Amino acid sequence: MASPHTVHAGTRAGRLGALLGAATLLGLLSVPFWAGRADMRLIVEMACFLALAQMWNLMAGYAGLVSIGQQAYVGIGGYALFALAMHGGVPPLLALPLAGLIAALVAVPTAFVVFRLRGAYFAIGTWVVAEVFRLSLAQVTALGGGTGQSLPAAIVRAIAASAEGRDRLIYFTGIALAVGATALVFLLLRSRHGLALTALRDAEGAAESLGVDSFRTRLWVYIVAALGTGMIGALIFLQKLRISPDAAFSVGDWTANVIFIVVIGGIGRIEGPIVGTLVFFALRALLADYGTWYMIVLGAVAVVVMLKAPQGLWGLVADRFDLDFFPVRRLVRGPTP
Amino acid sequence: MTAAIDTVLQGALLGGLYALFAAGLSLIFGIMRLVNIAHGDLIVLAAYIALVVVQATGIGPIESLAVVVPVMFAIGYVLQRGLLNLTLDRGILPPLLVTFGLSIIIQNVLLEGFSADSRKLQAGAFETASLRLGADLAVGWFPLLIFVTAVAVIAGLQALLYRTRLGRAFRAVSDDPEAARFYGVDNRHLFALAMALALAVVSIAAVFLAVRTNFDPAVGPARLLFAFEAVIIGGLGSLWGTLAGGIILGVAQSVGARIDPAWQLLAGHVAFLLVLVMRPRGLFPRAVD
Amino acid sequence: MRAALLETHGLEAFYGDFQALFGIDVAIAPGETIAIIGANGAGKSTFLRAVCGVLAAEPGRIRHRGSAIGGMPPDRIVARGIAMVPEGRRLFSSLSVEENLRIGADVGRQGPWSLERLYRLFPVLAERRRAAPTSLSGGQQQMAAIGRALMTNPELLLCDEVSLGLAPVVIRDLYAALPAIRAEGTAIVVVEQDINQALQVADRVYCFMEGRVTLSGTPKELSREQIRAAYFGM
Repeated sequence: MASPHTVHAGTRAGRLGALLGAATLLGLLSVPFWAGRADMRLIVEMACFLALAQMWNLMAGYAGLVSIGQQAYVGIGGYALFALAMHGGVPPLLALPLAGLIAALVAVPTAFVVFRLRGAYFAIGTWVVAEVFRLSLAQVTALGGGTGQSLPAAIVRAIAASAEGRDRLIYFTGIALAVGATALVFLLLRSRHGLALTALRDAEGAAESLGVDSFRTRLWVYIVAALGTGMIGALIFLQKLRISPDAAFSVGDWTANVIFIVVIGGIGRIEGPIVGTLVFFALRALLADYGTWYMIVLGAVAVVVMLKAPQGLWGLVADRFDLDFFPVRRLVRGPTP
Repeated sequence: MTAAIDTVLQGALLGGLYALFAAGLSLIFGIMRLVNIAHGDLIVLAAYIALVVVQATGIGPIESLAVVVPVMFAIGYVLQRGLLNLTLDRGILPPLLVTFGLSIIIQNVLLEGFSADSRKLQAGAFETASLRLGADLAVGWFPLLIFVTAVAVIAGLQALLYRTRLGRAFRAVSDDPEAARFYGVDNRHLFALAMALALAVVSIAAVFLAVRTNFDPAVGPARLLFAFEAVIIGGLGSLWGTLAGGIILGVAQSVGARIDPAWQLLAGHVAFLLVLVMRPRGLFPRAVD
Repeated sequence: MRAALLETHGLEAFYGDFQALFGIDVAIAPGETIAIIGANGAGKSTFLRAVCGVLAAEPGRIRHRGSAIGGMPPDRIVARGIAMVPEGRRLFSSLSVEENLRIGADVGRQGPWSLERLYRLFPVLAERRRAAPTSLSGGQQQMAAIGRALMTNPELLLCDEVSLGLAPVVIRDLYAALPAIRAEGTAIVVVEQDINQALQVADRVYCFMEGRVTLSGTPKELSREQIRAAYFGM
């Protein structure tokens, strides 16, 4: 006899979320046709941080891999783009996915080293690895050594002939990366692997005894996150047109900010990075005149959120109103009485 | 040949400083399984407190420890009791992310208060005086003092842990925090004392660091990484292993720097990664886990 | 019965949303030995955990010599003279046997128990004083765990399943130490699954089922049928 219970993954809020998402996306796609250059650059920056935050959240919020070293892949992605464009003659936009691929390839041997460490030690271990990449790339004179280098004008023109055209291309790529990163996490969690991930996060021992291979699952998450982070890194430095080891492997820019975004927004939820990114940029605009106080406030907010509302701002809202715009949880429903 | 001996010797002495960085980190991990990401920034904070004391009173940096150690001890107690105790027993994320947030806060508070300029403490002629060991071989009195202090501090911590009533309570809490409470051990107080003790050790490391090299608000994370590497190379949970880890790290950096000054840090990190790949539990892991 | 050393009135205890105790009334007189029996999950261990302070309880529901101690932190409760021998022994593995005993003495209560006195009670512990607890046999470990609690010089000793996992002959040896402890005027609560053992040593017996007291009395008063009914609910 068939079970009267059915498993649902969709919710009403999920359909609402899809509608809201589609409307936002349409709005964003129209931006280049009416907004100024500065606005577009800001939105690209937000898109990049959102995408980075989705990748970090995928690791920390779902696979239990808390890294303080994701700047390694931002830097590798950026440097790979410069190397491919300047020394390989690869068109910059084509170099973007290749840069992600290179980051993923680097992630494989790296994983076998850092996966020997657990928990907080993993976090610091990944940081050491990022430092190794930074110090090593500072030694490569062909890529500008310790002072870095700019993308030659000829290559910049190869992206698009006009400055306006370049801005638009970079803008649409940024939006694509942010949407792509969000969609990737969503689809991954909806897939069979998503269940394994959730199981791992909630009870590693029990999940393993039920046949979830935690090493392989974590390895895949680590590699996928490196791929995404590498592509985002490539875009960040394609927009900046200049790269140096200190900027490319900055723990403050590419990891501290991202961690704050995810923690404040809500770790382990897809909406978390979105809310966190909005809060992050709002705080930045608000405190722009206060210099270092901005980072002090951000750090303090993150500490308070972690202690008082570990589910993040979105978690507070979602639990209060029972909202779930990205329904990845599975609900078992019995027969209607 | 002399050059090689010199390189190793200088590196080993530098390792004493790293062991001092690492001892506090190792102690608090050993007692409460807390990995303090802000450890390096607390070292820098202590260095700035020493700077303020030296500038305000005109006493020497070593003498300033009479103020810096108790101040950091108090900061450690309050920090643990008021904030970090709240993060324990709640999984790995809260302690990690709260100490990470703390790290960023300390860096930026120091930046706000002292600007990004490099500072240094002056210890007078003693800083550069050296002990001649051979025709081309000499060791500085100051690096020697750092090393001897490191050995003394680790011996002291070891004695505290294994020969005193407080040490017994520390180890009991580390083994089984709940069972320790059955026998009168107040965990929250004990954890706070452990952090206070760790930051007292940090103060000594900080003053040595500040005399030895320039420092600014951003140098904390690198000190955290050195401390961490010394702990992992030596083997978790072993204080003497931490000293060995510090020495290995110092020698690796010194050898790297001899080949090319730019390779100093890289060589240290690579040595750490090699140990991690070949001996994941470190060189001197504690026999009983 | 004399004035109670420890009494509970309507004691309730919770693990999160799950209620484990539903109004327990127990009284223990000074120097008395009582046994708490019951099946797995009856709430016996929960009761001890509430008394020694690791589980939250309303202050007035637990009284020690008349003062409310419910929910008091465990370090203050042990200082008042209520010591726990936890289930599973839980010796401190990085401390030697003697250091484990000293942890108890560190509570700082005066009384008859010293290392010397304890080594007379359990001579084998004197031989193994420098050993790591993990190298001891199960019975020796249990002696060390009881010794650690005695070193706090308690007036009430709570023993949680001390015979669990031990061979009958070892259990007999352990219980042989009981008279010496009682002779010092120490009241004892033993939580036992082994009903015969409990009935042999106890002045009075409480039977728990599903978080409630289903039966109490002296071993002589209680019949096998009554105990079976109280124990299994049939």
